Amino acid sequence: MSHADLTILEAGAKLRAGELTSVQLVEDVLERAALTEAELHCYLHIDHGGARATAVAADRELRDGFDRGPLHGIPVAVKDNFCTRGIPTTCSSQILAGYRPPYDATAVARLRDAGAVLVGKTNLDEFAMGSSTENSAFGPSRNPWDPERVPGGSSGGSAAAVAVGSALGGFGSDTGGSIRQPASLTGVVGVKPTYGLVSRYGLVAFASSLDQIGPLARTVGDAVVLLSAVAGHDPSDATSYRGEVPDFGSELTLGVEGVRIGIVREFSGEGYEPAVAAAVADMVARLEEEGAKATELSLPTMALSLSAYYLIAPAECSANLARFDGVRYGLRVEGETVEEMMGRTRAEGFGPEVTRRILLGTYALSAGYYDAFYGQAQKVRTLVLEDFARAYSQVDVLVTPTSPTTAFRLGAKTQDPLSMYLSDVCTIPSNLAGHPAVSVPVGLDDSGLPIGFQVMAPALGEATMFRVAAEVERLAGFTSRPGLVAA
Amino acid sequence: MPIDIDIAHVARLARLALDSDELERYRTQLGVILEHAARVQEIDTAGVEPTSHPLGFTNAFRSDEVAPSLDRDEVLAAAPDARDGYFVVPPALDQR
Repeated sequence: MSHADLTILEAGAKLRAGELTSVQLVEDVLERAALTEAELHCYLHIDHGGARATAVAADRELRDGFDRGPLHGIPVAVKDNFCTRGIPTTCSSQILAGYRPPYDATAVARLRDAGAVLVGKTNLDEFAMGSSTENSAFGPSRNPWDPERVPGGSSGGSAAAVAVGSALGGFGSDTGGSIRQPASLTGVVGVKPTYGLVSRYGLVAFASSLDQIGPLARTVGDAVVLLSAVAGHDPSDATSYRGEVPDFGSELTLGVEGVRIGIVREFSGEGYEPAVAAAVADMVARLEEEGAKATELSLPTMALSLSAYYLIAPAECSANLARFDGVRYGLRVEGETVEEMMGRTRAEGFGPEVTRRILLGTYALSAGYYDAFYGQAQKVRTLVLEDFARAYSQVDVLVTPTSPTTAFRLGAKTQDPLSMYLSDVCTIPSNLAGHPAVSVPVGLDDSGLPIGFQVMAPALGEATMFRVAAEVERLAGFTSRPGLVAA
Repeated sequence: MPIDIDIAHVARLARLALDSDELERYRTQLGVILEHAARVQEIDTAGVEPTSHPLGFTNAFRSDEVAPSLDRDEVLAAAPDARDGYFVVPPALDQR
């Protein structure tokens, strides 16, 4: 067996027992990447030299008795919208092709401090806008369970890398489901933490009031370790949470006896694949057998979340992406005047989905339409928060499918933006509310494709969320691996 | 019914130099997406305050102290054109 198939906690135990070195672990992961990249294209850039050098240093530190904690010597993949000093950071966009940032994102700096080995930068939908990783200017990633299908998105590269073992853990960003939906489609655990728990400094901004960094992992325990390494206040991000960071793993072994679980009625029915609905219902029944109290609830504003999101996210993106103008970094297409230069640079540098969302956001913010679109969407956001507050006065967590369907075929939704947007219908409300949510794999459908189960919790409710997620993981006993790497 | 928008005006505001075929394509697509998004207008929000930050944080202040920042030459090295410590761009006003 390759060490690339170990969990982070297993590999950490072997490193400390002297049964494995970080150098060996990193070589196994790079070998796995060499075997799978041609087919899957998880990475835009693999830092072979940097990864090997970090592994050598990690082994030396451990031998000298200097232990940086559970990520010491562990190979981790980071989405290519995290700035990495001296290492290409493109956001899968032609407008940033070749860009090497002069600084590390705070999350990256914290991973380095924690001893993690950065394997490379993973593929995404351009500027994290998409649900399939097909919107990458450098070609799509593919799903290791069936390379004819998408890995989800926008963090599809990190999800597929973790699923196939070209990293032991990964990081993504989640604005409307971009960690959880690809986790669901590739059979791994994906976490969107409470808004502000992880610094966004150095994460190339998409929609600042929604964006949040989070981990992708093969187990709930590994996800807790990854999240713990990066969470906490950062003076460089004024929106980062100033209070004490919750102890994410404090309730992992408590089971679900007495936990009150709400099933959201709005996330069922038309559009939901029967296998997905059945897997979720089956898991709820098993949680009840373990002592959880399940109740069906109605959150009527959930149906409006998608509409509000597709005004708020494009509006914020149109402002954030104004910085890509051919002046300070990235592509420049020359013009006679500065306005001509900017217009040409942006028209050539941005792909169709990014262009579409910039136009949509510019319109929603423009004079005469602001109140009717953006302003109204922000009020609907308040109603979504109120809906959640009512639900959490009755239950501890809410559960839903992570996505209405399992992985779809490449090209199936690229011509119809709205149908692509609908694959995030269950994940978007948590972003609007700033709440944490996690996707846990619970089984496979008849085509052998993974199904994800979402657990949502109120702000800073990660410990209880992970408590339920750990029980879901135990009950599901999901140990299947993609065909590409199955032993 | 899809919403009709002045796409050329919006593209100008967004600094996107698109050709007429592209404009027409985006006009159609945006109309369909906006028709869906406009459902937010069916809700009575009288008396509802807008939410701009989900956790209700207010301004974050810090003390006004000088601290190290990024190296200027390193930052300028990433620019398409830079000279004497400045970013260089074409004229802002049309001189033709």
